[in-house]
Amino acid sequence: MAYEAVIGLECHIQLRTRTKMFCDCPAEFGAAPNANVCPVCLGLPGALPVANRAAIESTLRLGLALGCEVRAESVFARKNYFYPDMPKNYQITQYDQPLCEGGALPVRIDEVERTFELIRIHIEEDTGKSFHPEKYGDRRISRIDFNRAGVPLLEMVTQPVFRRPPECAAFLTALRRLVRWLEISDGDMEKGHLRCDANVSIRPAGSRELGTKAEIKNLNSIKGVEKGISAEIVRQTALLESGGRVEQATLLYDADHDKLAVMRSKEHAHDYRYFPEPDLPLLRVEAAWKEQMRAQVPELPWALEARFVEKYGLKPYDAGVLSQDRALAGYFEQVVAGLNPKAASNWVTTEALGRMNARGWSLAEWSARVSAASLNELVRRVESKELTGPLAKQALDAMAEEGVDAQVVLARPEYQVRGGADELLPLVKAVIDEHPGPVSQYRSGKTVTLGFLVGQVMKKSGGQAVPQVVKELLERELVGG
Amino acid sequence: MSELWKLSAIELAHGVRTGKVTVAAAVESGFEGPAREWESEVHALLASDPKARASGAAAANDGPLRGVPVVVKDNLCTTDYPTTCGSRILEGYRPPYDATVVRRLRAAGAVVSGKGNMDEFAMGSSTEYSAFGPTRNPHDLGRVPGGSSGGPAAAVAYGLVPVALGSDTGGSVRQPAAFCGVLGLKPTYGRLSRYGLVAFGSSLDQVGILARHVSDVATTYAALAGPDPFDATMRLTPAPDVSHWDEGVKGLRFGWPANLWAASVDRELVEGLEESAAYLERAGATKVPFEFMPGEFGVATYYLVATAEASSNLARFDGVRYGFRHPDSDDVRTLYTRSRSAGFGPEVQRRILLGTYALSAGYYDAYYLSAQKARTRIRREYEEAFRRCDLVLMPATPTLPFRLGEKTEDPLAMYLSDIFTIGANLAGIPGLTVPVGLSRSRLPRAVQLLGPEDAEPALLRAARAIEVRGETKHLPSEYEAEFSWPTKR
Repeated sequence: MAYEAVIGLECHIQLRTRTKMFCDCPAEFGAAPNANVCPVCLGLPGALPVANRAAIESTLRLGLALGCEVRAESVFARKNYFYPDMPKNYQITQYDQPLCEGGALPVRIDEVERTFELIRIHIEEDTGKSFHPEKYGDRRISRIDFNRAGVPLLEMVTQPVFRRPPECAAFLTALRRLVRWLEISDGDMEKGHLRCDANVSIRPAGSRELGTKAEIKNLNSIKGVEKGISAEIVRQTALLESGGRVEQATLLYDADHDKLAVMRSKEHAHDYRYFPEPDLPLLRVEAAWKEQMRAQVPELPWALEARFVEKYGLKPYDAGVLSQDRALAGYFEQVVAGLNPKAASNWVTTEALGRMNARGWSLAEWSARVSAASLNELVRRVESKELTGPLAKQALDAMAEEGVDAQVVLARPEYQVRGGADELLPLVKAVIDEHPGPVSQYRSGKTVTLGFLVGQVMKKSGGQAVPQVVKELLERELVGG
Repeated sequence: MSELWKLSAIELAHGVRTGKVTVAAAVESGFEGPAREWESEVHALLASDPKARASGAAAANDGPLRGVPVVVKDNLCTTDYPTTCGSRILEGYRPPYDATVVRRLRAAGAVVSGKGNMDEFAMGSSTEYSAFGPTRNPHDLGRVPGGSSGGPAAAVAYGLVPVALGSDTGGSVRQPAAFCGVLGLKPTYGRLSRYGLVAFGSSLDQVGILARHVSDVATTYAALAGPDPFDATMRLTPAPDVSHWDEGVKGLRFGWPANLWAASVDRELVEGLEESAAYLERAGATKVPFEFMPGEFGVATYYLVATAEASSNLARFDGVRYGFRHPDSDDVRTLYTRSRSAGFGPEVQRRILLGTYALSAGYYDAYYLSAQKARTRIRREYEEAFRRCDLVLMPATPTLPFRLGEKTEDPLAMYLSDIFTIGANLAGIPGLTVPVGLSRSRLPRAVQLLGPEDAEPALLRAARAIEVRGETKHLPSEYEAEFSWPTKR
C-alpha cells in the first residue's frame, strides 16, 4: 500500500531583543556562565516577571507580516513541569489565548508558489542549559548555565500542511529569511536561534483520516529537519507494513547517526497544568499599537520578489537571489537606477556576489568598498560603451581590492577604451599572423573561428578594445588577405 | 523619655527627628523592655541580631519613620536577615535583594529590627504551622496569636515594635491583628508591591500593615504604597492620599449586615460590633442595615484559587539552586522528591496536593475554572454592596483567639476561621481590622471594616473614629488613644 505523510512543524524563534523576556538582564549569547542572571530569571523567591515590550512588538511585526489575527487581549500562562534548567519549575508561555492566530507563510518550491497555513504564534521564555561534563568520585556532576533562562522565544505552530520533508526544509528556509528580514532574530539554527520540532504521521494515500503522530525533537539544522522527518516516515511505514502500529511518542533525532530514539511514550506524557499567569496582567494590544507595528513591517520578501519580476522584468530565479537578504535587495535597487535592470541584476548577482563569496565578505564589507553608486557608475559606463565588459570586470576587481570609487579607477589609462582602427589594426594583423590555422578555417567558410580571433585581439589589447570594432576590422582583414 | 517602646511610631520618629532620642535608643527600646519579659515565651521572632540592628540604626535615613523599628514577616526578602517563610526548605536562605516594601521602609527611615514568625509559607491561621515552633498570644500564652502573620502581630501587641509588616492572602494580617488586639490593614490589591514577597497565592497576596495606632498605619501606608515597575500587577495610578485619617466620618454610610453574625459569631464580638457602630454614629456616620451574604462559596473558592497558585509558586523550592537539599539523592528525581518531602511541612504538602489536583487535566474545568467564575461573582456582590454604603462593618473572625492545638487536627475548622476575611482577597478590596478593647475573659475583641478599591482613606477615618470611641471634640490629632496592653498569664 502507498502511504502519505502528514507533517506539522513547531518552530521556536529566539528573539534578538536587548534584554530578556521578563527582566532587564542582557539577552546576549556567549557571556561567561551565569553572568547574565538576576533574581527574576533565576526564579528566586519573591521575584516577579515584567513583560518585555520589544519582544511583544517583534511578535506583532511577524504576526502582521504573516497575516495573522492579533488578539486584542491575550493571556500569559504557566506551563508546569519540573526540569533542572527551568528555574521556577514552570515556564511562562501562552496557552489558549495566544497573541497571534492563523496566517500563512508563502514559500516558492521548484518555481511553484505555495502557502503554508499557521495555527498560532505565541511568546514564551527560554530555559537555561544543563551540562554534564565531569564526575566527582563515581558520581556524575551536572552544571547549569542560566544565561539563556528567560530569553524571549516565539513559538510558531503550523497546520499539518506538509506532505514531503523537502517542503519542511523550504518552509524553514523561508521562515529564516523572514525573521532576518524583519530583524527580529538572527535565525541561526546552529546557534539555536531557530529550533524545530515536527509532528509526523502517515496514512494510506488518499485517506482523509489522520494517523497516530509522533513528535520529533532536536531537529537542529535545516538538513536535519529533512533527514529526521524522512527517517520517521520510513520507520512508521515499515511499522505499518509489518502489521504493527504507530504509538504516540516523543522521539529525539540523532543527526550524527541519522537515528531516532524514543524520549517518552504516551503513558509518560506530562500534564502541564496550564493556568493563567497571575503575576502578569492581560496583554492588551490596542488598535493604535497594532497599526503602528503594521507600519513598521517593511515590504516583504515575497512581495519584493514579485515586484522585481514585474517592474524590472527579472527572471524569478534572479529576483529570488536578490531577495534572499533585505540589504542585498536594497543594494540592487540603488544599483539599478537608470540602468538596464537585467544587466544590473547580472552585475549584482554574478559579479558582486561572486566576488563577495570568493573573498568571504558580507554585503556590509562589500558595500563599504564598492558602494551601490559606484557600481551603478561602472555599469552605466559599460552601457554607454565608454567601457568594455572585460575592462569593467577588471575595474570592479580593482575597486573591491582598493576600496576606491569607480570614477577614480576608471580615470586610469588602462581603463581607457581603444576603439580607433589605427590603434587596433596592428593587433589584428599580429593575431592573423600568429594563428594561421583558425585563419584558414575561417577563409574556407568555417566562420565560427572568428570569435576565437576576436578574443585573441581583445587579450592583446588588455581588454581595452571595443569588441564590435575588432570584429569589423578582422572581417575586413580576413577577406582582404 | 522613659518607656520609649510604648510610643507610637510617629511619636518615636518625632523624638528622633527633634534630637530627643537617638536612632539606636529608638530601635533598641522594645528589645530592652518588653522583649526581655515576653519574647522567650511568645516567640514572635525568627531572627533578630543586635549587630544588624546597630548597623541598620547607623544607616537610617531621614524620613517620616526615622528610627522606627519594624518587624517584617519572614516571607519578605531582606538582605540583612535570612528569609525562611517559616519553612525548613528555606532554613538559612539569605536573599540577595530587599523586597520593594522593605526598600521603601528603609527609605522612609525605618530600621528592620527582626523577622516575624509565621505559618510555613503563610499557610495557616494560628502560626502553629511554623517549622520553627509556634508563636503564642501575648494576651494568653495558652492561645494562638492567629496567623499566618502571628509573629508580627504579637510583636506589635506586646510592645517590641510599633509597626510590623505582614502579608494577607486570606486574612493573614487581619485575623492575627484581631487575635492580638492591634490594627491590621490589607490594602487594595495592587497598592503595595509584591516584589520580594515570597508568593503563596499571587492573585490574592497583599503586603499588610500591623500597628497599635491608626496614625501609624496611615503613615506606613503612605510610605509604602504606589506603583513599582518590578510588579506588573500593580495599579498604575498614584495611591490614594491617607493623610486625612483624622478628619472624621461625618456623612459616611457604613453597611450593617447583621445577618452575618446572627448565628455563629461569638456574643462578645457582636457586642464589639455594636459598640463600634455606636462610636461611628456618634461621630456622624450613618448606619445602613442590609442583608449581605458575601461569597456563600467564599471558603471553597479561596481554597481552590490559593492552592492552585501555590502549587505552582512553590515548585521552585526543589533543592537545586538554593535552600534545603536532601543529602541523599543519586539523581535529580530523588533530589526533588526527598528535598521537598523533608523540606515542606504537612500543611504545605496538603495544599500543594490540593492545588495540583485542582489544576490537573480533567479537573481544571470543574475546580479551577468554576472557582474563577465564583470569584467573579463574589467581586460583583461586593461591588453591589458598595453601591449602598461607603464601607461595611463586620466581624473579623467568628471567635475569640482559640487555644493552641485546638484546630491543628482539623484543617477544615482551621480554614473556617478565615470565613470573614477571605472575601476581601477574592475581591481585591481593602480591609482593616480594628481592636475594640478586651472581652470579659481579657482577650482582644476586634471588628473589620471593608471598603471598595482604594477606600483606604475612608477605612482609616472610620478606624480612627472607633479608636477614639466616637469622640470628635477636644482630641488633637496627636492624641493617641489608650492601647489595651496585654497582661501576662
